[in-house]
This record gives sequence, structure tokens and C-alpha cells, in this order.
Amino acid sequence: MQALYAQLLVGLINGSFYALLSLGLAVIFGMLNIINFAHGALYMMGAFCAYFLLNIAGIGYWPALIIAPIVVGIFGMILERTMLQWLSGLDHLYGLLLTFGIALIVQGVFQNYFGSSGLPYAIPDELKGGMNLGFMFLPVYRGWVVVFSLVVCIATWYLIEKTRLGANLRAATENPTLVRAFGINVPRMITLTYGLGVGLAALAGVLSAPINQVRPLMGADLIIVVFAVVVIGGMGSIMGSIITGFALGVIEGLTKYFYPEASNTVVFVLMVLVLLVKPAGLTGRAA
Amino acid sequence: MAEAAAKPAGAEILSVSDLQAWYGESHILHGVNFNVKAGEVVTLLGRNGAGKTTTLKSVMGIIGKRTGSIRFNGQDITRASSDRIARMGVAFCPEERGIFASLDVRENLLLPPIVRPGGLSLDQIFELFPNLKERLNSQGTKLSGGEQQMLAIARILRTGARFLMLDEPTEGLAPVIIQQIGHTIARLKSEGFTILLVEQNFRFASTVADRYYIVEHGKVIDGFANSELSANMDKLHTYLGV
Repeated sequence: MQALYAQLLVGLINGSFYALLSLGLAVIFGMLNIINFAHGALYMMGAFCAYFLLNIAGIGYWPALIIAPIVVGIFGMILERTMLQWLSGLDHLYGLLLTFGIALIVQGVFQNYFGSSGLPYAIPDELKGGMNLGFMFLPVYRGWVVVFSLVVCIATWYLIEKTRLGANLRAATENPTLVRAFGINVPRMITLTYGLGVGLAALAGVLSAPINQVRPLMGADLIIVVFAVVVIGGMGSIMGSIITGFALGVIEGLTKYFYPEASNTVVFVLMVLVLLVKPAGLTGRAA
Repeated sequence: MAEAAAKPAGAEILSVSDLQAWYGESHILHGVNFNVKAGEVVTLLGRNGAGKTTTLKSVMGIIGKRTGSIRFNGQDITRASSDRIARMGVAFCPEERGIFASLDVRENLLLPPIVRPGGLSLDQIFELFPNLKERLNSQGTKLSGGEQQMLAIARILRTGARFLMLDEPTEGLAPVIIQQIGHTIARLKSEGFTILLVEQNFRFASTVADRYYIVEHGKVIDGFANSELSANMDKLHTYLGV
């Protein structure tokens, strides 16, 4: 039983990262109509940003949780202003190729300087150690990642579905021309939305640094699964991407316990099944 | 309301001259000339595809390529972006109504930002359109066609814009609702709003308009006041083919 709970926890942790990343992808896709293949590279940049802050400036984990998403988010907004904005109205393929190219360049630059092996990033003192829950041993940091990710996901959902700003965003997703004709600066909103999605990816990167180490290809490995999660959940649905992210993490964890051989493929098998039955995804609106 | 009082009646609010506009490669407007004075209701009449909607969209700044001159309150807005034009006090109610499906009625109503003081309060809006108050939490596109049209007009009355462009507000609606929209337009006019209307429904237009322009093949080919209407009836039948 101990092993089952341990795999469930690993599943929840992975689910946290899936949820944070697919949430950002969903927000970006809704507003920019771009499938952001640079997402994994930006996640990696978040982790590296935390690493630099600690090793160059001596700034620790807690400030990095705020600073890294902002820094990487600004980098994302510069990408949007200088490149992505020119793709609006074009076929999805252009955005996909451009962001894929950006991902390769960013990962290549980091690999050039840091190789492919992982750099260590210590768990902050406050979150070291673990708790014995009776039925299992819970490392505090891992519990923190799950809870904090859940809080950030719910806060993002609330921002988009329940606030005035979110209403502007949903309206601009539907009909940007009309929203702009009401006097709302839609291009600026698009830039900020991309910054938000990228910031969420960078935040996930910081959270993962103490667990998975900091590696130039850490995002490239993860993003393939995240895209499968997005396809299953349905592009453009906020709550859908959160729930699917956590659920698939857990399903992956369970598979590791009951049938370990399939744990790497279970997500993709589910993706195929969902695509066969419901091509728009479980919660997606028809494209 | 203060602003309407400050502006002498009859001052030109909008003047459009030699306006040309393109949708991609197709040249739609070939030199449109007309003007709208403060407090007037002016109607653009014409057949389908004559360029009436394109004229409104060009004034609003949402047609990509446009040349000529559009002046609003004396300022040149020919090249301005649509969000800037909206912030100068121009409001647009599109033909397809543009109610957002992912927003409820309240969110739809509150979506356009206040661009200047003097807009209607929510209470005043519910007095004009009582139906909306009962449906505030419904999804925007779950409303009936008439309610959607009322919502589309209501939401631009909040913003403080004093110049309204309404694109075929009566299209596809029942007579009793058309009548209600007619009363609303008359009420807005009496409160000093200036309205540029596009209509196919000439009988409706004749109940609210001060002046008419006839649009054909992307040009304004004629114009007359409501008082000259009976004298121009024959011409009008020829223009509109009714």
C-alpha cells in the first residue's frame, strides 16, 4: 500500500505541472490562437531564472517564485510584440512553427552553456523534511507543490471566469474586433495574456527546480505529455485543462503502480481514445 | 447631458468626405460624402451590399484600408484605431448584434468601458429595457433576438458616448419589438444623443429619422430631409427597388 500512495503522490505532483502548463497553453490558445510550442522552453527558463537568482544574486526560493515568472513573462511579452503578433489571422501552422523554432533556439543556447546534465537546486529550509501521515510519508516540499499549484490554478480560473478583466478577456477571445471598437486596447490585452500564460509556465519551472533539478531539456521532455493533456482536456477550456492536468497525473501514477510498463504511454493511449470519440476534447468547444 | 447642451444644435459632429474603403482586395466604398449634425437622427438607406455597413465600420475604424477624410467633432479620425475612436465618444451597435456567448447578460452589459461621464445609469437602462433586468444572469446568447438587440443597444448607452451608430437594429424582429426600439431611439434623440442609423426597413426609418442619405454602389447618390420625404417618394422607390 505504501508504494501505491507514493505513486499517487508522484502522480499528483506531475499533475500539478501538467495543470499549470496546460492552463497557460489554454489561455494563450484562446486569446492568440497560437499553439505555443515554446511553452516547455519557457518553463525551463523559469527554473534557470530561479537558479541564477540564487547562485548569482543570492536571492532565494521565495522571492524567485515571484521574480522568475515576471522576468520570463516579460521575455514572453517581448516575443509576442516582436514576432507572434504578426501571425494573427494566419494559419495555426505558422504559430506552431515559429514557437517551435523559438523553443529550439532557447534550448540550444542553454545547452551550449550548461550541457545536458542537471544543476542542483536545494529545497528551501522551510519546506525540508517530511511528515508521517500514518499511512504514508509525505515530503513537505511535494505537498507544498500540489497545494500551491492548485491554489494558483483556481486563482487563474477565478480571474478569467469571474472578474471584470476576465470578462474582457473572454469577450476578446470571441470577437476581438468588436471588443476593440468598444474602446478596449485589445493588442495590449493580448500581450499581457501571453505574459500571463508564460508566467504560469515559469512558475511551474521554479516549483519543479528542487524536485527535478534544472536542465536545459527539462521542458522538452515534459511538453509532449502536456500537449497530450491539452488535447484530451480540450483547447481553450480553463477548468477543463486544470482538471485534466491533475487527473492525468493521477492516472499516470496509478498505472505506474498497477502496470508499470504502460506508465509512459497511458496518456497517449487516452489521447487516441478521446480523439476517436470526442475530437474537440472532453471539455472543448468545437474548433 | 451637459455636453449636448454645450454643443450648439446643428454643429457638425461627423463629416465624411471622399471616403474609400477596401475589404482585402475588393474596393467597397468609392467616395462617400455625408455629414451628421448634433442631435440629429440620420439614416443611410440603400439596397443590400450598397456599402452602408462598410460606411459605419469605416467610421468606427474597423475596416483595414480606408482613405479620404472622416472628421469627428473636428478631429481627423481617418487613420485612428477603433479603440481610440471609441474613447472619443463614438459607439457602435453591429448588425449581427455581437452578444458574447461566454458572457452572461450582466457581463455583456458592463463590457464596454465608460469613455466619458454622462452615460445612462443601470437604473435608467432597466427603465428603458425592463426585460434585461430579469435576465441578468442568463447567458448572453440565450436571450431572444429582440432581447439581444436591446442588450446590444443598452450596453453602448452606459459608456457616455453621445454619438451612436446602429446597424439595422430592427432586422428580423417582431413588429412590437420594432416599435419599442423606435420609442427608444426617439427617447435618446430627445435626450440629445446623435444617431447614425443604417436601415433596410424604410417605414421604420421614416418614424425616427431627420434626414436620409441614399447609398448605392459604394457612393452617397442623394440626400434629403424628412420634410421632403413625400416629394421624393417616387425617387426613393426607384433607389430601393420597393
